[in-house]
Amino acid sequence: MTALFFYLFSTVTVASAFMVIAARNPVHSVLYLILAFVNAAGLFLLMGAEFLAMILVVVYVGAVAVLFLFVVMMLDVDFAELRQGYLNYLPVGALIGLIFLVELVLVVSTWTVSPTALQLPLAGSPTVEALTNTEAIGRVLYTRYAYFFQASGLILLVAMIGAIVLTLRDRVGVRRQIIAVQVARTPEEAVEMRSVPSGRGLPEEVS
Amino acid sequence: MSTTFMATGFWPALPEIILALGALALTLVGAYRGERSTVIVGTGAFVVILLALVAVGITPRTRVTTFGGSYISDDFARYMKALVLLAAAATIALSSDFMERQRFARFEYPLLILLSTTGSMMMISANDLIALYLGLELQSLAAYVICAIHRDNVRSSEAGLKYFVLGALSSGMLLYGASLVYGFTGTVSLPAIAASVQGQAPIGLTLGLVFLAAGIAFKLAAAPFHMWTPDVYEGAPTPVTAFLASAQKVAAIALAVRVFIGGFPSVAESWQQIIVFVAILSMLIGSFAAIGQTNIKRLMAYSSIGNIGYALIGLAAGTPEGIQGIIVYMAIYLAMTLGAFAVILGMRRGDTYVEGIDDLSGAAQTHPWRAFALAMMLFSLAGIPPLAGFFAKFYVFAAAIQANLFVLAVIGVVTSVVGAYYYIRIVKIMYFDAPRPAFERLPDGPQAVLIACSVVVVLFWMIPAPLVSSAESAARSLFN
Repeated sequence: MTALFFYLFSTVTVASAFMVIAARNPVHSVLYLILAFVNAAGLFLLMGAEFLAMILVVVYVGAVAVLFLFVVMMLDVDFAELRQGYLNYLPVGALIGLIFLVELVLVVSTWTVSPTALQLPLAGSPTVEALTNTEAIGRVLYTRYAYFFQASGLILLVAMIGAIVLTLRDRVGVRRQIIAVQVARTPEEAVEMRSVPSGRGLPEEVS
Repeated sequence: MSTTFMATGFWPALPEIILALGALALTLVGAYRGERSTVIVGTGAFVVILLALVAVGITPRTRVTTFGGSYISDDFARYMKALVLLAAAATIALSSDFMERQRFARFEYPLLILLSTTGSMMMISANDLIALYLGLELQSLAAYVICAIHRDNVRSSEAGLKYFVLGALSSGMLLYGASLVYGFTGTVSLPAIAASVQGQAPIGLTLGLVFLAAGIAFKLAAAPFHMWTPDVYEGAPTPVTAFLASAQKVAAIALAVRVFIGGFPSVAESWQQIIVFVAILSMLIGSFAAIGQTNIKRLMAYSSIGNIGYALIGLAAGTPEGIQGIIVYMAIYLAMTLGAFAVILGMRRGDTYVEGIDDLSGAAQTHPWRAFALAMMLFSLAGIPPLAGFFAKFYVFAAAIQANLFVLAVIGVVTSVVGAYYYIRIVKIMYFDAPRPAFERLPDGPQAVLIACSVVVVLFWMIPAPLVSSAESAARSLFN
């Protein structure tokens, strides 16, 4: 049963990953990307890593892919024009692809996986019965992997600084609401008392 | 897997911690004080780098691993970190005046240099594949941003974008290679990989090694992954180019040494062929493609490609002598490159910075000292004795011959003769062509860097011992 689902999920993942780059409409590409993420989450579930599976759905599908979708919808890119030269380069691309395919077949046909190598990755991880994998990640994330955790934090800081440096502009001539100034106004400066002569209205400069 | 966690584990990483905390503190200063704080943050960054340099000096010389074996501190790491920190300090000194004149002095710039340097130091001390990747990303991401920091300039933005797109691709290749290596050895730790690979490497591991090498060669700007280099070096602001050509290169080559010597010593034949191929191609492209250049920053880009080729000869040898050659080479390369960029930063007429090689025409008459210093840098890059560049090449070629890599050594000598043509052509333009209008006075920062680099390059032959002997002990620390 697990094998069946493994092949189901992995086939759909690979097929939708292919469609991400093959789809004509960029919005469809993003939708295929979401499909690929969801199926990858399914693969994680099969491995017993339900925490990672949920995180993948929440972060990638919930946030990243939706952001992609917004960006793609807002950008007005003429993809038909981008593909203009596609057919001209097709023969060359096909030839290079063919060479790579032959090389891959040659490599894969001599491929042997040593039986000891398969055992190695499993040696360090505790069994599912001993503790849940959320707990297992929690135990090592801030101790064994504290260094990586902090390094990732610095990388995110760089991303934030970079985004601000490259895109934030101080525009001139913008009227911003400054609440402190509004609150600090006194009746004396905010309200002007005029005695208006009846039947003549206000002079020009006030209106 | 040990989950013990003690504060004493932090001490070996003191230089990185100083840089990271310094960067955070200066971010706050900049955020609160806004654009007025540019000078304060720049000076602060300089001080933080000097503090980290002191911390590197006082770390013990013994081999220490910490953070569960992800981080290693040894003599090699100390030496390379000192080089990276010196290059970063020189970059900040070079930048001060340039940034203000080009009207994009921003407090984020020294911060990003600090963070990129932190990433470089993490790469140098990486003892497993995850630490390696995180260090590389931290260093590269900050570098992409500072390439494009002059965002109103089309060429600067283009350089940043190009570097980012190609850098992301190379990161992908590196990660794919790392995942294959992990899959076939069952571990990400470099010493454990070295221990688990015995005899004939499985084909998947070799494939992973090839992808790793491709990703690292991109960071090194070694041919055939050098395509981005001339465009990025030309488009990026000149102090940033100096930073890319100095600190980043040292970190990348230290990373290459760490991965290949530390992680795959038993399958040396598999990666030596790759390194030999990359070294030969880099030397050829670095020397022949540079001949037709008219922009001095593009010329320096090709020069850096060629120089990486020479340094990789030492890695191809794979011996302690070869690694010693790399270390000495990078130290001297740093002095030559930073010195040359200090002169390039002084090529300013009025408010415009010029970059053409023709603009140096007759500089010997208008600026005798600057022209003399640049001539020394160029003669040294060409490998003319008794300047430092000769000794740099001497050590790597000697290591290649000891390791029976005669073809590599011969190609190296031939390409350095070709390279001598375009270096000495600039000297000819400076000394024998008709003078052009004079440049402005050299600002203090570049002047200090130029004097320091000239002293190293010209007087290295008198007291080579400290540099060479400490390089030797640094190289030995990798082979225990």
